Amino acid sequence: MKKNIKSIKKDYSVVIGGAAGQGSRKAGLIIAKLFNKLGYNIYIYEEYQSLIRGGHNFSQITASEKEITNRKEKIDFLLALDKKTIQKHKKNINKEGLLFFNSNKIEEKGVGIEADKIVKESDGLPIMANIALIAGLAKTIGIDWSVLKKILEEEIGKELEKNLKVAENSFHSVSSLLKIEKTKNNPKLLMTGNEAIARGMAKAGLDIYFAYPMTPASSILHYFAAHQKETKIIAVQSENEIAVASEAIGAAFAGKRSAVASSGGGFALMTETISLAAQAEIPFMVINSQRMGPATGVPTYGGQSDLLFSLWAGHGDFEKFVVAPSDAEESFYWAGKLLNLCWQYQTPSILLTEKDISEGTFSVNKEVLNKVKKEKELLWTGKGDYERYKITPSGISPLAYPGTKNAIVKANSYEHNEKGYSEEESKEMIEAMQTKRLTKFKLMEQEVEALESVKIYGNKKSKTAVVAWGLGAIAARTAVEALGLKLIQPIVLAPFPKKQIKKAFSGIEKVICVEVNALGQMAILLEGQGIKIDKKILKYDSTPFLSEELEKQIRSIK
Amino acid sequence: MEKEKYNLTTDCENTWCPGCGNFGILSAFKMAVTEMIANGFPKEKIVVVGDIGCNSKIADYLNLNSIIGLHGRSIATAEGIKLADRGLKVFVFAGDGASLDEGVSHLVHAAKRNSNIKVILHNNRLFALTTGQFTAVSPQGMKTVSTPFGNIEEPINPLKLMLASRASFIARSYSAKLEHLKNIILEADKHKGFAFIEVLQPCVSFFNTIPYYNEKLYETVSEKLDSELAALELINQWDYVEAEKIPLGVFYKKERPIFEDQAYEILD
Repeated sequence: MKKNIKSIKKDYSVVIGGAAGQGSRKAGLIIAKLFNKLGYNIYIYEEYQSLIRGGHNFSQITASEKEITNRKEKIDFLLALDKKTIQKHKKNINKEGLLFFNSNKIEEKGVGIEADKIVKESDGLPIMANIALIAGLAKTIGIDWSVLKKILEEEIGKELEKNLKVAENSFHSVSSLLKIEKTKNNPKLLMTGNEAIARGMAKAGLDIYFAYPMTPASSILHYFAAHQKETKIIAVQSENEIAVASEAIGAAFAGKRSAVASSGGGFALMTETISLAAQAEIPFMVINSQRMGPATGVPTYGGQSDLLFSLWAGHGDFEKFVVAPSDAEESFYWAGKLLNLCWQYQTPSILLTEKDISEGTFSVNKEVLNKVKKEKELLWTGKGDYERYKITPSGISPLAYPGTKNAIVKANSYEHNEKGYSEEESKEMIEAMQTKRLTKFKLMEQEVEALESVKIYGNKKSKTAVVAWGLGAIAARTAVEALGLKLIQPIVLAPFPKKQIKKAFSGIEKVICVEVNALGQMAILLEGQGIKIDKKILKYDSTPFLSEELEKQIRSIK
Repeated sequence: MEKEKYNLTTDCENTWCPGCGNFGILSAFKMAVTEMIANGFPKEKIVVVGDIGCNSKIADYLNLNSIIGLHGRSIATAEGIKLADRGLKVFVFAGDGASLDEGVSHLVHAAKRNSNIKVILHNNRLFALTTGQFTAVSPQGMKTVSTPFGNIEEPINPLKLMLASRASFIARSYSAKLEHLKNIILEADKHKGFAFIEVLQPCVSFFNTIPYYNEKLYETVSEKLDSELAALELINQWDYVEAEKIPLGVFYKKERPIFEDQAYEILD
């Protein structure tokens, strides 16, 4: 590579890796922020194992001037905190790419940085080798010291001075080899999927968040726990998933907006409560962040294997909202929207996400923050006798909460009459209550059609459609653009948006369904709705699609 | 209006067996609530949380706010209600099957975190509504439909469990002693924090303990309510198998910070 050339490409892939405890994740975020400042759109993919020390962790930062960016196979800049990182990733470095490594520990060709020596001379701590490599990268790719310094000041809480010293010494130890150009975009917000979910719900009026820890949903709990004072949202960790689900029901019954989250195994324990919420008509917001199952499966890796389970979670006859956003921006919007829908329709709802959205970091347009607000639920007017399950033309009975003057509020998991008393004898009432709920489900179906429940990308005239959902839709977007195909991304999965799906598939002659699961669960859902799936591209090694990989697979069958 | 203020009766047909201990619990609770209302507490701020079992039907027989949720989950549901609105009085009615079998973890943790809810355990020492199978407090050797050769397991002592779980109020009463039970409910209501009241309740259909209790039960007043050792001494008088005498009364009471108050303090 020539010295100090201007780089013409505006699409980068950076990997930083090391053993757990070497700080590769934080380092990845700092690198992402360098590109973010230059107006690049970011996705950070995090890979780690279920252990505290050792193993191999890495962050892959993709940065692009395009609207979206997805994980790639090829690497432009590899930053190795240990030898294993080189062994695992060196083969993927681009021809023009660069390897950055700690030359006090590793002998290699590339940009050797005397990280240990720099850390020692700067009176730093061993973990600060990560900062030495980042500073070396920043200088090499032509980023100004002032930019790096500002980001470090924002990101580093502990031992800032020492970190800055390490960074400065490392920065001056190497020379610039190229100059990465600014894009025409303004820097966007950076958010993980889970932070977006938390902030979206907060915006929609969440009062109390209940959770039992489970990867990859836990960082929603961590976000709320850390932000209790500003948000005034209480964060509670309880004894198990059943407890938190039941507490959320109690809180909602008493008029406070509540939510819970877990991953497959914990979500499974919450399904009895989903059924209760349907029967007792209590708002119940559940986030299921999928990881590769069944059972404990691959606990720190992703997948899309809970689609059908989420659709059918809970015993008995009922509808619920199930929504699967694809990135942080959609997660923010839909988490807020769904919490509102839970209250407007007094229903359980599931936000279905996955590890590599939950823990991945995305660029987010600031405008989305204004797209969510607290939308009011239907409240009792205070006239006449209060009946919790009053049969109304819409099927929605006005809400009142305990403590309301002149109202006795009775919620019930038994079939019940309009006042909420248990009903086993009157078959007319049992049927009337189910009919009331069916009336409400019809409204939910209409609601779904009024929302942007299905998104279309790529060549809208193409007769071949790729169907992808969740994070898979992001990988598919880059692929369909390259191949001139149409992409159909179902976001709302229940109630099924029949009209929008019909419209999306009209004129389509060939359908390729792309999923990160073994059975092709979206394909099963669509086939149940009369959509013929011609080809399935299924990946089930617990990692998301790489852009190159998906494009190649679609090309081979299209 | 004045009459409605005190009306706790509903139109629901009562389906408990004649002679069931639940009638006593219902009457004693109505007496206690009537006193609360007479003392100026608004009826609309009282919430009854029913579990699933014969006992949970109490929610249908009370003209009060209520929620009947899922089996074993009434305590967790009640904690959610109390956290949402600390101005409500929250009473849980649950059986031994619900609180000591299906949902024992919620009982332990509600006591541990000192959630300001009042748990009234209808202890008939078996599953009644499902036709009489054994529970965690059934005596060893008891023959039931699920243990035709006699229950192999020994019972747990729920009061000892509560003491170990750091419950801040522990009491025992009897469904046939209305005045005693009423007074204990009122005392639990006044207690700032988690309260656990075990109500011994004969099941006339499957486990008629009336003669046994009439012989063994006696009322006592603890001199050292804040002493775990004194409480243990009373609790140990009966191991749910054999006893010379079975004490009734408040065994332990010691105030400590309330979970809900501390959760809200974090927000300030």
